[in-house]
Amino acid sequence: MSEKTTAEKTAKKARAAAPEAAASVASPAGPKAASPASPVRLDVRKTYKLYIGGAFPRSESGRSYQVTAPDGTFLANAALASRKDARDAVGKARGVFSGWSGATAYLRGQILYRIAEMLEGRRAQFAAEVGSVEGLSEAKAAAQVDAAIDRWVWYAGWTDKIGQIRSAANPVAGPFWNVSSPEPTGVVALFAPERPALLGLVSVLAPAIAAGNTAVLVAPDSAALPAVTLAEVLATSDLPGGVVNILTGSSAELGKPLAEHMDVDALDLAGIADAGFATSLEQMAAENLKRVLRPSSAPADWSEAPGTARLTAFLETKTVWHPVGA
Amino acid sequence: MGIFDYAPAPESRAIVDIKPSYELFIGGEFVPATGGAFKSVNPATGEALAEIAEASAPDVDRAVAAARQAYESVWSRTPGTERAKYLFRIARIIQERARELAVLESIDNGKPIRETRDVDVPLVAAHFFHYAGWADKLEFAGYGPNPRALGVAAQVIPWNFPLLMLAWKIAPALACGNTVVLKPAETTPLTALLFAEICQQAELPAGVVNIVTGAGETGAALVAHPGVDKVAFTGSTAVGRQIARTVAGSDKKLTLELGGKAANIVFDDAPIDQAVEGIIDSIFFNQGQVCCAGSRLLVQESIQDELLDALRRRMGTLRLGDPLDKNTDIGAINSAEQLARITELTAAGEAEGAERWSPPCELPVNGFWFAPTIFTNVSATHRIAREEIFGPVLSVLTFRTPDEAIAKANNTPYGLSAGVWTEKGSRILSMARRLRAGVVWANTFNKFDPTSPFGGYKESGYGREGGLHGLEAYLDV
Repeated sequence: MSEKTTAEKTAKKARAAAPEAAASVASPAGPKAASPASPVRLDVRKTYKLYIGGAFPRSESGRSYQVTAPDGTFLANAALASRKDARDAVGKARGVFSGWSGATAYLRGQILYRIAEMLEGRRAQFAAEVGSVEGLSEAKAAAQVDAAIDRWVWYAGWTDKIGQIRSAANPVAGPFWNVSSPEPTGVVALFAPERPALLGLVSVLAPAIAAGNTAVLVAPDSAALPAVTLAEVLATSDLPGGVVNILTGSSAELGKPLAEHMDVDALDLAGIADAGFATSLEQMAAENLKRVLRPSSAPADWSEAPGTARLTAFLETKTVWHPVGA
Repeated sequence: MGIFDYAPAPESRAIVDIKPSYELFIGGEFVPATGGAFKSVNPATGEALAEIAEASAPDVDRAVAAARQAYESVWSRTPGTERAKYLFRIARIIQERARELAVLESIDNGKPIRETRDVDVPLVAAHFFHYAGWADKLEFAGYGPNPRALGVAAQVIPWNFPLLMLAWKIAPALACGNTVVLKPAETTPLTALLFAEICQQAELPAGVVNIVTGAGETGAALVAHPGVDKVAFTGSTAVGRQIARTVAGSDKKLTLELGGKAANIVFDDAPIDQAVEGIIDSIFFNQGQVCCAGSRLLVQESIQDELLDALRRRMGTLRLGDPLDKNTDIGAINSAEQLARITELTAAGEAEGAERWSPPCELPVNGFWFAPTIFTNVSATHRIAREEIFGPVLSVLTFRTPDEAIAKANNTPYGLSAGVWTEKGSRILSMARRLRAGVVWANTFNKFDPTSPFGGYKESGYGREGGLHGLEAYLDV
């Protein structure tokens, strides 16, 4: 990514200089342009925008940035989300929290499974996109996509089980019925790692919403491309708009407004590699006692079995008492 | 004295032996501090009880080193079965010395002997007894086959339930295999120092429990110490926030149990007499100096007059006075500073237009006292409806529908506890589900048990204390 470049200007310049050049640029989503023998068919490219409240707006700031392959090949212009986009996203996530957290665990599980189904149907598209973004072989890209699909299936199955393994009927010393059970924390801001581009963001997103939270996901830099394509999957999976909001751009820019936002209840700093920056975000989060999942000090292996830690990180425990008597 | 008046019935204080001065408890011994000394005061009289050592940063350093040493060389190698037996021993000694602890707690804190004797100290023993049994059963707690301790735990506790908060902190920490450095509140250190003697009596290995006395600076040095692996704090949200900033970026595991502004919601079908008793417990238990106090009464509009009449009648029977008198319901406010805060906030309540009422109530001349007080005509924007008063002061608001009750109850940055009073089961369950609070008492209030997880949502903090959930705070999971 070349930071702070106004992509439209660049694109205009490029078109003015060599109109045909655009056709030869690698498309992230499909095979290369036609062979020289046949008449040239121009790729229809995708516009990568944000995903906020179930809609696909551009950044209110009008900014975008270039996403390039590791070899420098231009892949796409992604929307460079602003502080105000972050605020809009938080507002949408808050607005649907009571609906999503109040939906039955069965329904949430079916919707997460539906996401896996939709992703499965677009395996080739995701593999090509992840491959071009990360410069991976076809096999490695496909393996990452498969792992991401399987991760949705894993968490889909957890929605109606995490409550049981985290609940307790407490044998208090008195005539009281006393039960503890988990409830979602609220609006969670997730900073996805840039790599692995798809598996990383699925690994932080799926547990947060499986647990019943609503999310604002920051997909940094080149992870923007699979993130926005994932948003297309989310938008067609019966997931209510606003449960997941995706901001593409710079974690460095979006970190502060999200960590300081008083209507954000928790932060997942998985993708914040700079330890000093992670610390400052955690300090900002203290203002309203956000729950903070710190980045792991060792490099994370996202292909490992995830366990339940990311589910329980954003759950509260509620204990209810009632007298027992005639 | 009229024929229906009570004769004085003071509990004897001969059972406690308060020394003129106390040292720090580090490495199993009482040692002098380098930070000077301060006085602990009997809030019921204003008299100084004892000189207490003030731990300086180097003293805290020594305590952490002792805890580390004990962790590495002894406690982490002590099998769960043996840790369990130490905790069971401690629980038994607490039961054996229960009266002594209760009297000392009442003297140092100002709370009625009826509460320390019947609530605080029995719960302390129960807490140690409960977690004792966990020490050799951790692999069954659901955190994997071999859950490990964190190491050295830094624990800072408040003055409202001095010994009970100590138990909530130390019992699970030790059961899980950690060693601790605990700082009691500067106004209530005496029972913690007696607990240090109990550790000696139980022959707990030196350095497993260390107690450093002092004020905010001592606590700040403790939580910031690079040698601690875990920080647990109970106290104000402002200090909790500061601690969260301090530990940011470290590997320290943090749990916080902070302030509250609980709604206690009474519906028109509630049994009025039971609800009134519940309201009394919710706001006048421990002089209202309770983080989970039901400080906002939300009463359904149609029964407001009936309920408030009954509440005022009941408040008229509350007996305020000598904490050591067995008939006392309301003891002393813990400190001059806390009394000033309650006084300031209640003055703001009147200035903002709420209507203040207290029963006729004669306050002792010496010490720190505040009459049980209710405010009516309170609006949601009043400071007394938003800020934690931490005193025997109830703000009354009304509602018409369950939705309005939920909206008002949840309209606070806190989320520690809530109460619901209604005879309708389905309504209880729906209210309990919609209240954003860590503990919901339905048709009861201010009940605690070592098996029952306690802790907040939102700005009331994070982590749970009590039961299986309480283990997580002290395990590397």
